[in-house]
Amino acid sequence: MEPLIQIKNLRVDFALRSGTVRALRDVTLTINKGERLGIVGESGAGKSVLGFSIINLISKPGRITGGQIIFKGEDIAKYSLEKMRTIRGDRISMIFQDPMMTLNPVLTIGTQMKETIHAHRNVSNREAEAICLEKLRKVYIPSPERRLTQYPHEFSGGMRQRIVIAISLLTSPSLIIADEPTTALDVTIQAEIMDLLLELCETENMGLILITHDLAVVSEVTQRIAVLYAGKVVEIGPTRQIIDTPQHPYTQGLIKALPQMAGGKRRLNQIPGMMPSLRDMPSGCPFQPRCTERIDKCIHEIPLLTPVEGGGQVACFVRQGGM
Amino acid sequence: MFAFAMKRILQAVIVMLIISLIGFAIKHNFGDPVRDLVGQRVTPAERAEIREKLGLNDPFMVQYVRFLGAAVQGDLGQSYFFKRPASEVIIRKAPATLELVFCASLIIVLLSVPLGIYSAIRPKTLFSRFIMGGSIVGVSIPVFLTAILLIYIFSVELNWLPSFGRGKTVMLFGWWDTGLLTVDGLLHLIMPSIALSSIMLPLFIRLIRSEMMEVLESEYVKYAWAKGLKPRRVWWVHAFKNTLLPVITVGGVQLGIMVAFTILTETVFQWQGMGSMFIESVERSDTSLMVAYLVFVGFVFVLVNTMVDIIYGLVNPTVRVAGRK
Repeated sequence: MEPLIQIKNLRVDFALRSGTVRALRDVTLTINKGERLGIVGESGAGKSVLGFSIINLISKPGRITGGQIIFKGEDIAKYSLEKMRTIRGDRISMIFQDPMMTLNPVLTIGTQMKETIHAHRNVSNREAEAICLEKLRKVYIPSPERRLTQYPHEFSGGMRQRIVIAISLLTSPSLIIADEPTTALDVTIQAEIMDLLLELCETENMGLILITHDLAVVSEVTQRIAVLYAGKVVEIGPTRQIIDTPQHPYTQGLIKALPQMAGGKRRLNQIPGMMPSLRDMPSGCPFQPRCTERIDKCIHEIPLLTPVEGGGQVACFVRQGGM
Repeated sequence: MFAFAMKRILQAVIVMLIISLIGFAIKHNFGDPVRDLVGQRVTPAERAEIREKLGLNDPFMVQYVRFLGAAVQGDLGQSYFFKRPASEVIIRKAPATLELVFCASLIIVLLSVPLGIYSAIRPKTLFSRFIMGGSIVGVSIPVFLTAILLIYIFSVELNWLPSFGRGKTVMLFGWWDTGLLTVDGLLHLIMPSIALSSIMLPLFIRLIRSEMMEVLESEYVKYAWAKGLKPRRVWWVHAFKNTLLPVITVGGVQLGIMVAFTILTETVFQWQGMGSMFIESVERSDTSLMVAYLVFVGFVFVLVNTMVDIIYGLVNPTVRVAGRK
């Protein structure tokens, strides 16, 4: 398979007044063309930072301080702002978390759609409008002609997210980064939006990075999952394998923490302890203070991602045979 | 939109009623118009007769309603000093003040928007720091001090600009005495309008800057960047339009305040407008004229704010829907 984006040893630092905080520690990932990758982890693990760092749009004072992001043979992490602009929204689109906040309240849907096309393509207003209508139909917005003149507040949350998805399709990108696209939505709408995303990725042969803390969502949509913990990828592998036979103790904990429909009432499992503060990382494996299978080596050395059976990779000394 | 406008106009009428009530109460309780009207030789009996004739012995509410009825028809009473209708005196003085306010507002809008936006987009540059520092100084210096300073520098020391009066004016439509059409009139306008804008300009720069900085942090601006829009488009279309909303609201109030604030500027520059007229009318305890001034300024204030609210409705689409319902 041909790689679409290769992230190599990506490092993101936030230079805060109280000192520098490292949000991503040598993250290495590859997404193939048309592949759907899920990034999971708890709040603060660095999922969103990873998503935003790909288009170099990390909130200040965050900055990429190391590593490469290879897209089409070029390291886009080193791109100038103007060069990056030609990739943002064109080759790589983003879908934000809360559709109530992403659309500009004082501009019509038509304006917000057309400006995206005009920013990247040299087309007439009429041609741009035709593209808008085509994409709005693709996301099943009824009577799209009328919708173009409406403002965001005239739409429900689910409809707004459909519009955001339509905007992300406007330039037929090769990758969509969706940052918790359904978290802010009603549960019934969530499934609709995910189905729509999945359908579009398949028909348009687009790559998808789905950032979420919802394992149920990723398991339905993605082909591979990367588990992020305290800014590091601790496990990555095919979706089925991660869900059915998780290797890393943290992934195992995540899966166990899911409420089960069958099996009657019981207390939910939780992983003891909390994710370490990024300012105050433990020595060795970042998960070791919470790990029930910790061995001596975990406290002193940092485990690297190593291939395991079934095509996945895991960063855990215990799983690697305690070497 | 129509319902929204009607609602705002109704509110404006209520506010005007309250202003007129306060104004009338002042007129009713301060000074004795009869004393101001007549000479010392008039006997108490004659004075009582004049009081009766003027309706000054009627109950408060009766007098108020009478005042209101006349005011609606543009009759705000007789100026005791000028011996002419107060509204006529005010209308003659109004153009000077309104032109001064207009020029000051022009300075404020033309400078605060680019400076505020620049310092929001590039908060760390030397120029931005200079703007911010300067605006603190500007806010802190009182208008009359700025005015005297300007006169000292540009009139006394450099002798570039005239220090008082309106200069040569031209009569427009038979009643609007304008200084905007002659070079001399414009030269006379420069310093007073700078002085008048000296407090509001820094306030507006700071207001626009802080609003813009907040908007720049919003999700929709981040999304606009993620769409790959050009910086100009993100700043001017996505961010600035949202910045405008609170600025318009505050701006309306400030514009009204500025009409009232001209008193200081007009006094220093001997500007023959409503402000200096008001000061004179206080000195002469010309209550009719004072009340007429209050009502007129109140009217301008309410008018400006109602207009601002309607403009706000045009900029902000959510207001339009609320009005439609």
